[in-house]
Amino acid sequence: MNLALSDEQVLLRESARGMLGRRKTVEAARNALVDLQELPDLWPDMVAAGWPGLLISEDHGGAGLGAFEGMLIAEECGRVLASTPLLGLLPATAVLDAAGHESLPAIAAGEIRPVFVPARPPGDLDWRWTVDQRTGMGRAPAPHVTTDGDDVILNGSVAFVPDAEGADLLVVVGVDPDARPTAVVVSPGADGMEIEPVSRYDATRRLAHVTLDNVRGRRLELDDAPLVDAWYLTHALIAAESLGTVETCLERSVEYAKERFTFGRPIGSYQAIKHDLTEILRRLENARGLQYYAGWAREAAPDEFALAASAARSVAGQALDFATRTMINVHGGIGATWEHDAPLFFRRAQLSRRLLAGTRDATDRVAEQTLSTATP
Amino acid sequence: MDLDDTPEQAEFRAEARAWLEQHRDQAPPRSGSHEDAQWITARRDWQRKLAEAGLAGVTWPEEFGGRGLGPIEQVTANQEISRAGVPGILDVIGIGMLGPCLIAHGSEEQKTRHLGPMLHGDEVWCQMFSEPAAGSDLAAVRTRARQTDGGGWSLTGQKVWTTNAQFASYGLVLARTDADVSKHKGLTMFIMPMDALGVTVRGLRQISGEAEFNEVFLDDVELGEDAVVGGVGNGWGTALTVLMFERLTIGFGSDSFGSPVRLAQTLAADPDARADSEVRHRLGDVITELLAVRFNGYRALTALARGQIPGPEAGLAKVTMVNAAVAATDLAADVIGPEALEASGEWSYLISFLPGLKSAGGTEQVLRNTIGERVLGLPSEPRLDKGIPFSELRTREAQGAAG
Repeated sequence: MNLALSDEQVLLRESARGMLGRRKTVEAARNALVDLQELPDLWPDMVAAGWPGLLISEDHGGAGLGAFEGMLIAEECGRVLASTPLLGLLPATAVLDAAGHESLPAIAAGEIRPVFVPARPPGDLDWRWTVDQRTGMGRAPAPHVTTDGDDVILNGSVAFVPDAEGADLLVVVGVDPDARPTAVVVSPGADGMEIEPVSRYDATRRLAHVTLDNVRGRRLELDDAPLVDAWYLTHALIAAESLGTVETCLERSVEYAKERFTFGRPIGSYQAIKHDLTEILRRLENARGLQYYAGWAREAAPDEFALAASAARSVAGQALDFATRTMINVHGGIGATWEHDAPLFFRRAQLSRRLLAGTRDATDRVAEQTLSTATP
Repeated sequence: MDLDDTPEQAEFRAEARAWLEQHRDQAPPRSGSHEDAQWITARRDWQRKLAEAGLAGVTWPEEFGGRGLGPIEQVTANQEISRAGVPGILDVIGIGMLGPCLIAHGSEEQKTRHLGPMLHGDEVWCQMFSEPAAGSDLAAVRTRARQTDGGGWSLTGQKVWTTNAQFASYGLVLARTDADVSKHKGLTMFIMPMDALGVTVRGLRQISGEAEFNEVFLDDVELGEDAVVGGVGNGWGTALTVLMFERLTIGFGSDSFGSPVRLAQTLAADPDARADSEVRHRLGDVITELLAVRFNGYRALTALARGQIPGPEAGLAKVTMVNAAVAATDLAADVIGPEALEASGEWSYLISFLPGLKSAGGTEQVLRNTIGERVLGLPSEPRLDKGIPFSELRTREAQGAAG
């Protein structure tokens, strides 16, 4: 048994931290609330670091690394609220790589940026493939796919797709008339395609509503497994990113709790504060344990990946919510103002927990996986 | 990153599995009552067989009858024992915590005399640290050890939460040898035979009605000079060694509480429960926390195998595990209804057992203080007992209470 990071993994994490540290990403997160143009374009740095090819096999020009390495990078991005299109990018490359798509070398070289338009696989209470809708509790059916000669035609819409704006290629998960999931590669400029940029509360998260009105695309010859995997990969990545943000919230809150005095004592000496900060650490440690589980499962036990990634997202998402609220409380009133960075982390938490079916949907998926394996 | 055995570990696992396969029919049932003398005898015999097969005391040095292997092999042995459906060792406290403490701090005579019979189940051991007024604040023990004219010691006081005291042969006792110095400095660790004159053991009935723990009363118990472990006045350091091994022992037994599989089966069999979103969220949260504890256990093992000693943050796993187990039993009982509380049912024992477990090995609140201070580096709460002779503490406490 060995759950230690390899030297290569440590190096990958450190170089990501170094690269992101040279950009003032937290400051940019604040400025972008006023003007989105203030967000630095980190794509050239990501390309230089080799991130686009991270999950692409070496045969196709990539690094052939695993989801765990992707999570290590997502964690670093989360630490500093870096606005990078990882969530859309990595699952798209995983699907394209499974299909051996012709664009892979260009993607690995950073010439083409693909984005994943996700759909949630069926569960025990909902047999359909579904996507996020613009508002309300329900879920919309995944886009319809019909065959037309060598091409397919897509109809439908998907709300709040991470990183779709400005992508060079979309990997859309839809369903054919037999309700079978189908991955379709579409060009953003295709007729009938609309990508409407949306920004909600956290300016670092670039989202878009994707509408497909008789859009022509090419089907990828794949079975269900890579499409199921891609959905849970987005969960594992958002979990890792949340974990990184929690780390920063904890570090900065602990630092302040040592410096700030009330009634003649540093506030960190009071149990009320100390126990809340310890609770962040407890949740952080649990999220980290599950990050290892998700990374291990995707390589060594793919049947458990849905459970592991859902568990990781559930714990990390709830940890992030708790950590950002505690960070504000520990800092007192100033923590709730634009003078401080705490609201930026809070904004990240509030939006993250509601994307991609939401944190609680991941909790439900843990229950589903557990119940289905327990059924006699 | 992998969870696989190395070739050497695989060989050890195969050996353990083969031995257990051959000998499992000689094992007593896994559960029984600690008041059932016959079952306890059978458990002792089984412990001897495990020790002779090299599946108990795996991390003990070979010169004391152990295997001289690492913590991963100990966990491997535990996994195989559990897989075979047989009980493990009876004396978890002795072999897991007190034996390693004797190995670290005991004299050559103490090691030679005690370690063999302890490992083989001939002499079961118990740990007498906590007292009615010294739990999380363990250094507040009041049991007094006074030097006798012959150079020996006489102990008087009361200990509590003493597992296995009703059939133990020996115990480690933490007692105060000097009340005129501050509380951590005047302590000494002793080896005490449980059949010594002046020792009275009384069962302590818990919520469930069972008496797993005991109170032990010491009334002028005479011990020889050679009963001291680790030197007079060094009792606190010796106790900390035991507590470090306690963290390891608790951490590696982590799959035993909460029975997530039974919880899942219970809910899966109830169509209304399995479609109820509140039930599903509660189940998802419980399972998630238990999965996190499992993988953090693997991380801790990885660190241990690399020679790193687990720090106080390991206590977080205990907090998570106990609270998840409480949530699990709560959920099962909410779904099943009053029938879950039926005394002979599978949930009622856990429902009764878990509230007390929250304080085992220190209360959750004190654990959070320790972790906040030692891991996060937060400043400590101002203490009113620092540098004050123990003999003056109670007067000061009384003054403090009066305001």
